[in-house]
Parts: sequence; structure tokens; C-alpha cells
Amino acid sequence: MRFSKDHEWVEVAGDVATVGITAYAAEQLGDVVFVELPAEGATVKAGENLAVVESVKAASDVYAPVSGEVTASNPALTDNPETVNDSPEAAGWFVRIKLADPAEADGLMDRAAYEAFLATL
Amino acid sequence: MNAAGVIRPTRAEVSTAPRGGHPGGALMQDEPLIFELGGWDRTGIDFPGEPTGADMGASDLAGLTRAAPPVLPGLSEPETVRHYVRLSQKNHAIDLALYPLGSCTMKHNPRLNEKLARLPGFLDIHPLQPVSTVQGALALMDTLAHWLKTLAGMPAIALSPKAGAHGELCGLLAIRAAHEARGDGRKTVLVPTSAHGTNPATAALAGYAVVEIAQTADGHVDLTDLAGKLHPDVAAVMVTNPNTCGLFERDVIEIARLTHAAGAYFYCDGANFNAIVGRVRPGDLGIDAMHINLHKTFSTPHGGGGPGAGPVVLSAALAAFAPVPWIVHVGGRFDLIEQATGAAEAALGRMCAFHGQMGMYVRALAYMMSHGADGLRQVAEDAVLNANYVKARLAGSMTQPFPIGPCMHEALFDDRWLEGTGVTTLDFAKAMIDAGFHPMTMYFPLVVHGAMLIEPTETEPRRELDRFCDALLELAAAVRAGDVERFKGAPFSAPLRRLDETLAARRPRLRWTAE
Amino acid sequence: MRYLPLSDTDRAEMLAVIGASDIDTLFADVPAAARLAAPVDLPAHAGEMAVERALGVLAARNRPAGAGPFFCGAGAYRHHVPASVDHLIQRSEFLTSYTPYQPEIAQGTLQSLFEFQTQVAVLTGLPTANASMYDGSTACAEAVMMAARVTRRRKAVLSGGLHPHYAEATRTFAHSAGVDVRRLAAAIDAEDAVVPAIDGQTACVVVQTPNVFGAVTDVTAIAAAAHAAGALLIVVTTEAISFGLLKSPGEMGADIAVAEGQSIGNGLNFGGPYVGLFACREALTRQAPGRLCGETVDAEGRRGFVLTLSTREQHIRRDKATSNICTNSGLCALAFTIHMTLLGGTGLAELARINHARARALRAALAAVSGVEVVTPRFFNEFTIRVPRPAADVVEALARRDIIAGVPVSRLDPGAGMDDLLLVCATEMTTREDIDDFAEALAVELAV
Repeated sequence: MRFSKDHEWVEVAGDVATVGITAYAAEQLGDVVFVELPAEGATVKAGENLAVVESVKAASDVYAPVSGEVTASNPALTDNPETVNDSPEAAGWFVRIKLADPAEADGLMDRAAYEAFLATL
Repeated sequence: MNAAGVIRPTRAEVSTAPRGGHPGGALMQDEPLIFELGGWDRTGIDFPGEPTGADMGASDLAGLTRAAPPVLPGLSEPETVRHYVRLSQKNHAIDLALYPLGSCTMKHNPRLNEKLARLPGFLDIHPLQPVSTVQGALALMDTLAHWLKTLAGMPAIALSPKAGAHGELCGLLAIRAAHEARGDGRKTVLVPTSAHGTNPATAALAGYAVVEIAQTADGHVDLTDLAGKLHPDVAAVMVTNPNTCGLFERDVIEIARLTHAAGAYFYCDGANFNAIVGRVRPGDLGIDAMHINLHKTFSTPHGGGGPGAGPVVLSAALAAFAPVPWIVHVGGRFDLIEQATGAAEAALGRMCAFHGQMGMYVRALAYMMSHGADGLRQVAEDAVLNANYVKARLAGSMTQPFPIGPCMHEALFDDRWLEGTGVTTLDFAKAMIDAGFHPMTMYFPLVVHGAMLIEPTETEPRRELDRFCDALLELAAAVRAGDVERFKGAPFSAPLRRLDETLAARRPRLRWTAE
Repeated sequence: MRYLPLSDTDRAEMLAVIGASDIDTLFADVPAAARLAAPVDLPAHAGEMAVERALGVLAARNRPAGAGPFFCGAGAYRHHVPASVDHLIQRSEFLTSYTPYQPEIAQGTLQSLFEFQTQVAVLTGLPTANASMYDGSTACAEAVMMAARVTRRRKAVLSGGLHPHYAEATRTFAHSAGVDVRRLAAAIDAEDAVVPAIDGQTACVVVQTPNVFGAVTDVTAIAAAAHAAGALLIVVTTEAISFGLLKSPGEMGADIAVAEGQSIGNGLNFGGPYVGLFACREALTRQAPGRLCGETVDAEGRRGFVLTLSTREQHIRRDKATSNICTNSGLCALAFTIHMTLLGGTGLAELARINHARARALRAALAAVSGVEVVTPRFFNEFTIRVPRPAADVVEALARRDIIAGVPVSRLDPGAGMDDLLLVCATEMTTREDIDDFAEALAVELAV
């Protein structure tokens, strides 16, 4: 699993990346009430808006950590947005992306580097 | 015991301290929804008979009618009155206690205003009946316009906007029209980081991109940052003055100068006009457009969320673009220009149907005439005095982001004094409910962490200000004493305990259904 | 001064506590050039008696609708509001309370808003209703903006039967937001021209029924055509009483229904304050503007109500909000709710039937006047007549006889070439005598 500075995680299998937000981000947001996800087939570029996560009092933009085409959005989040709080780095995944560049995620932090980064915040 | 055998308490025994919690707690009812009270096939109205004896059914509308009446309950008058009176008793209101909401100006709503707004000559007139039959209404609107223009020191006004946000849109659209008339297609609006959310929302609605202006360490617009961002693509600068931190922008004239030098217009959010009415005229500060919230500065009631009214005073540069209708005075009569033709040819269009919030104009004018020029000046002075008094009494107990110097009509505190106590701004606010007060504005402005914005208004007697400060000081002491549960579990004595807003957002149930 | 409780002693003592020598030191940040030395040039304060007298004089210069025969409609309607409605909305706890941001001490407002939303949902036939907008015209404008967001298209088609003020307000909002508004030609049967105007770029079509000329239309076919093209149908209703008799917007396939709620609970008030009704399909809920009240529970499991889905709104989403609306029309919505509670569905149906009957009686009387032609085929409580002279002149002439004869189309739409058309309305408040007086005066006037 790799991590971005904006608190997204990426799990790559072949040329498909699963993307979500980290436990730290979910903790900061508080109770998630809604997640606005992109449509299947949408193209995303690293650094651009991927999704919006809403808590009761705030709406936060989530940025794509990698580029590619969205092949799936997590259906569980429609009826159960609390999954993001319960299991942010597993069952609470946001989208699956067919990577434009399968090696792109290698440029992101590994868990140790991410935890070190969190310590500086 | 007196002669009649009644034991009267001595003056010392009678407590005038209010019971903690919601006033009239013993009267609280658990009141169902009207849909749970039966009455599905009934009505509480007695209808008149037909004008003629002839059959006047709806057969001519065959195919267009609904199959059955709408499925909604009808209750008798006694049931309806009881239902809504019981509901009303679950509400806090200005008539009960000081309502310290910053930037909302929760002042007393004079009852004379309600009486006059209900005169048939104001209440029972139609916006499209012949102008010759509503000369009094047009005269009232013209008089109100004169009072507002005089207080603002500005030559023109758009009366029709129906609320502050609607007025902001009107002002920005007038600015946009002015630029378009010069063939100048600017696309950006500058807004301070401390701005109320309606400012950027309105700018976006008006088709502009929003760029934020930084704030100085002492809570004012950062002139250097502003100057650096004022390039030729900026259409307008939107500033609130006094600002949302409760401070007068002392460099406002320079802000106006810089804005105009860049070819942009200066919009002022007038939500805080109560601090300066009668003492400062926005026109003298170089402002081009400012909306005035009649439901704030000019006492029209908040009504649980409106109706409001947001007329916009305009500079000479923007006057021509004011939306229709325009009230004009020709040959001793008032008339309405309702299309963008003739004198109103450059008007930006229409903000809404008809002419504006007449009901609120009557109330606001009655308020203004009652106070007069001298009274309105006193309003600002007492509002500023009350806020500074509260600031002085609480300063030793609660931290302030901008402690140096006086505030205007509202005092701003932050949550640094709560650090390490386990109590948040939200918790503190909920405990105020148990003390009998509506919480102050929380978490606004966004630029201050855990902000608490207190605006006591000029209609608060000193006794009520002291009662409020005493309550907050007692709560602050309880925080320091470590009584966390009192705050975390608050409110305890309101009609309901703390409500689950997460559940409401995750599983929205926005109407009653029969299941 | 009766509204200012501080005494001079209070002021002096409070200044001492603050540590300020005088009030001017608290205004020190105001630039010297901008400080007013004295009150502005306006009259000094006045007692209740004087203010009452002054405003009473102005009120007396207006001719109230109830003073004689009265036939104006066209977006604002004269109906009877039961006495208890006005008493209830004047209770302190409703009149002087704020937006219910602290739900624990605002359940009165919140529960009545939930009742309001339910009533509006039932009347419009669409499940998600908001807590009100300023009025019908701005609700219409907001609906168009919402359709543009939802469909990601930029063209809106407005039926020629839409109230001209609604069309103009919509154009004002849409112009700067980059939405292209096309208003079809005004006509009694303007709805026929709507379907041909729909194409693959249309975000929405806006159709009013009954339309401004009074004509009632079944818009089911328009809904189908709009949906087939990927567009939304917005149905506008200016006379809320019509919900008691006519097919609801939702039943006819509307995606968004907007309406003016003034007819229920609220007086004419020369055009405001009114109350905008807004309802939409459930799938569109998160794109809806305005406040929404929802059901939840408190910490002890008791049912309660809160404002919800607030992340759509300006105070959170700021420049990405679904609307800039903050204050809406709370007290007017409460008046609507209370009146609707007294009416009930069967009562509204009966009231609608009576309105329609009165209008048919009016039609019969006017059709019998030589020179008058009734041009609206099927109507609810208002319709259009053609007269042989400019309708505006006829209205002025009848006003001199203390009869308010209706609204000339030329007042709303001077460029439509319909100067000989007059919009007339009858409600449950219209009496047989009113109708007879009108017909008689009109006959006399047209014979001249």
C-alpha cells in the first residue's frame, strides 16, 4: 500500500489501483455522512478532484493520487457511508482505477514514510 | 401571615433567578406530528355556499383533475391552536432572553411594526392593481428608500431583494452590468478569508471565480495582499465592515481607493450595519454597493428563518443598473417602471416577481420613524457599548484572538482557553442552553479556531447583560474545575437532549410517510 | 426612547467597567473623515401615536382588495385566511426566534417545518420538499440552475405561458451563471410549442400550469419528451389552491415542482413577503437548494428534527454551494402550514372546487357582455378575456368606478402585442354581487 501527502492510499494489483482515504483522514473528518464518487468510465488525472467526502459540518475534496480510468466505485458507500469510518483502508475503498502508468504509484510514500510524515503534522 | 391568613414570602425569600434550562419546563408536551392526530377526512374550515344554484362542478376539466383529494389531515381550530401553541413552547426566542448570535443582530421586534403591517391598506393590496390605487404604498417605499439612502449616504437604492443573500447577488449583478456596459469582461471577485459563506456563494452564482484575501494578525484585511491581488481581471472586492471579527476596517478608505484604481467596484456586506448606523455612512467610505438586512439592523422579525429583506444602496456609478421596478415621482404622483425601458433601460433585469417585501418595508419604516435620526445613532452607540461591556466582563476568563482595542457591536472569543479541558466550543455552547441562553454563533468566522461570536444588541438591558455574563463566567469556572460531563452531555434540561445530526444526514427522512 | 433600555447611568457605569472615557473612544477605528458629528438629516424620534398617524395616512391612500369588487390574480391571489393563523404566527416563540441551528431549543420551528415539507411533498406529488424559498419566481430560477447542474447542460426552455416576472427573474439568475434561457412566444396555448423546442442540449423545460393566461394543461406528454432528450421538466404553479383540484406536477412526470405558496396562509401584501415552494424527485435531493429539515433521534432515543444535508449550503460549501440562499421565508411557511392543517386535503379540494365554480360564474357573466370574448378554454380560477379596447384603459376606467377589474396582459408583457387581453380571477371571496357589478360596469364602459 502506498500513500499520498493528501492522505489517500493506493493498493495496486497489476494495472488496477484501488484508492481510498487513510485512517488519519477519516479520523480528522469525523462521522462520514456521504461520499460523492465519480461515474464509471470517468478519466482522472493525479492531483485533480476525484471525490468529495462529507461529514455533517464539512465537505472535503479528495484528490486522485494516480491517473487513469475509473472502472468501479464502491457500491457499499451509497447506503453505508459509515464504512469509511469503520474500515477506511479496506472495506471503505472509494474507486478502482485502471492505471495509465502501472508504475505511477511507486512514486508515493510507503507506510513507514507516511507515518513519519504524519508525525510532522 | 396577613389578615386573610395567606402566608406571603418575604422579599428575601422570593427568588428571581430563573430556573435553569428551558423556561416553562413543566409545560413541555411531547407533541406528535399533525399526521399522527387523525383527521384524514376532515377539515377545520366552514365553506361558503355557491353563488348560484346551478351545478358548477369541474366536468369541464375532465382529464386534468386529480383522482382524489390530497391525502393530508385537517384539524379543528381548537386542535390546531393547541398543536401549534405546544410546539411554540419548545422554541427559544428573543422575547425570552438575550440571543447572543454574532452578525445576526437579534434585537427586540417592536409590536407597533406588527400592528401597522396588518393595516388593510398595506396587507390587502395586490401588486398589480392599478398604480393609481396604491399611491400610499409607493409613497411608503419611496420614504423608506429616502431614509436608507440618507443613512447610507448613497444616491440610489434597489429595494426589491428578498433577503441579504439576494441583495448580495443584486449588488454583484449591478457590478457585472456596469463592467459589461464598458465592454470589460472581468472574471474574479476578491473576498476575505473571514467572509460569511454567502459572499463566495453569491460570487460564484454571479459567474465569478473567487480569490481569497488574507487577514492580518490583528484581524483586518491585509492591504498588501489585497494590492497584490488587484489585477485588471478583478471585477469587485467584497468586504464586510465592521468585519466578521467584530472590528471596523480602519483602512477601508484605502481599500476603496485601491479597488477603484484597479477599475473594480467595492461591495460591502451590510450585515453589521448596526454597529455604525447613524455614526458612519458607507457612502463616505467609498462603497459602491451595500445590502442592508432589514431583519437585522431594522428590527423586522427573524420568524424562525425569514422572511427577510435585503435592499441594496448603490453609488452613482451603479445607479443606472439597479433592477426594476423603479419607483418614480412624476407630476405629483408615484409610478412604477416595471420593464427595463426608458429611464430604466440599463437596469440589470428583475430580481424577483413584483416589487419586493412590502410587509417588511412597513415594519422597517415604523422602526426608523420611531427611533428617528437621533435614536438610530443611539442604537449604534448602545450596541457597541453593550458588546464592549460583555467583552470586558468575559476577558479575564475566555481568550480572544484580537484582544487589543475595542470591538464594535460584537465580541469574538476563541477556544484556546478550552485547550486541555476536554470541552469544545460546541460543548460549551450546548451547556449555555441549560443556563437559559441560546448559544452564541459558533465556529464562525472560519479564520478563528473554535470561534465564539457574541452580539448582545442595544435592546438588552444592563441586568440581562450581567445575567448573561454571570452565567458564562460560572460555566467557564465549571470548565476549569473539570466538570466535563456537564458539557459533554449538555443540554440536559431542554425539550430534547443533543440530537444526532449524523444519523439525519446518513439516512435522510425529510417528510412523514405512513409506514 | 422606548426600545432602548439603557439609562445614562447605565452607560456611564458600563464605560467605567470597560475603561473608556466616552463612547467615541470605542469608535476610534473609524477614519476621522468618515465620522459623523451629529445625527443625519432625518426626523427625530417619534412616539407610537405619531408613527401610527403617519403610516395610517399612507395606508389610507391605498384601495384594499376587500373594499369592493376585485378580480386581480396573475401570481398573487386574494383568499380568506382563518383568524387563528395570524394569531399563532404572532406568538413570541415563532415570531422572534431565529433559524433553528440549535435544534434542542428550536423543535417548535423544526417540527412545523417537517410538517410543511410533508404537506408540500403531498401537494406537489414529489417526495423531497425544502423548507421554503423567497417566493415562486426565485424558486423557479433556482430550479433552472439546479437542472443545469444535474444535466451538465446549459440551455433552458421557458414556455410562453410562464408568468413574465418569473421568466425575467430566471433570466437574471441564469445570465451570469452561464445558462442560456430561451423564452418561447407568449400565447394562451403556449404549451403546444414546448416539445418542438427540446433538443439534446436542453437542461430543462419550464412549464406553468395553470399558465399566466389561466389555461390548464396536462404536461405528461411534455415530461416524456423532455426525459427522452435527457432534460428535466420543471412545473410551475402560481396558484397553490389549484393543488386541491388539478393533477399534481409529480403525477404528470415533473422532476422539479416550484410554486408560489402565498394563497395558503399569507395575505396579498403588495407582492411580499411570499413563500416559495420547491420539491423534487428523491434522486435529485443532494442537488436541491435551500434548507432541509430531517428526522432523527436525541441522546435518549426520542424523536426530534434537525436541519440536515447542510453541506449543500453556503455556510459550508461556500463557492461550491447549490445556492447562496440563507434566510428563506420561515414565518410565511409556518402560516402556510397552519392554514393547510386547518384545511386538510378534503378542505383544500372543496376550496378549489368553490374557486373553480366562482370563476365559471364569472365567465358566464362576462361572456354575456357585448364585445367581450373569453379566450381561455379550460381554466381553474383565472382566465383571459379579449376586449375591444386596450385592456389597460378598461381597467383604469373601472377603477374610477371602484372596481378592480383584473390585470391587463400589457402590464406584465408590453411587447407581446396582447394589449387587448385582460386577466381576471375569482376566488371563494368573490360574491355574486361583485360579479354582477363587474359585468354591468364593463357593459357600460364598452358601450361608450
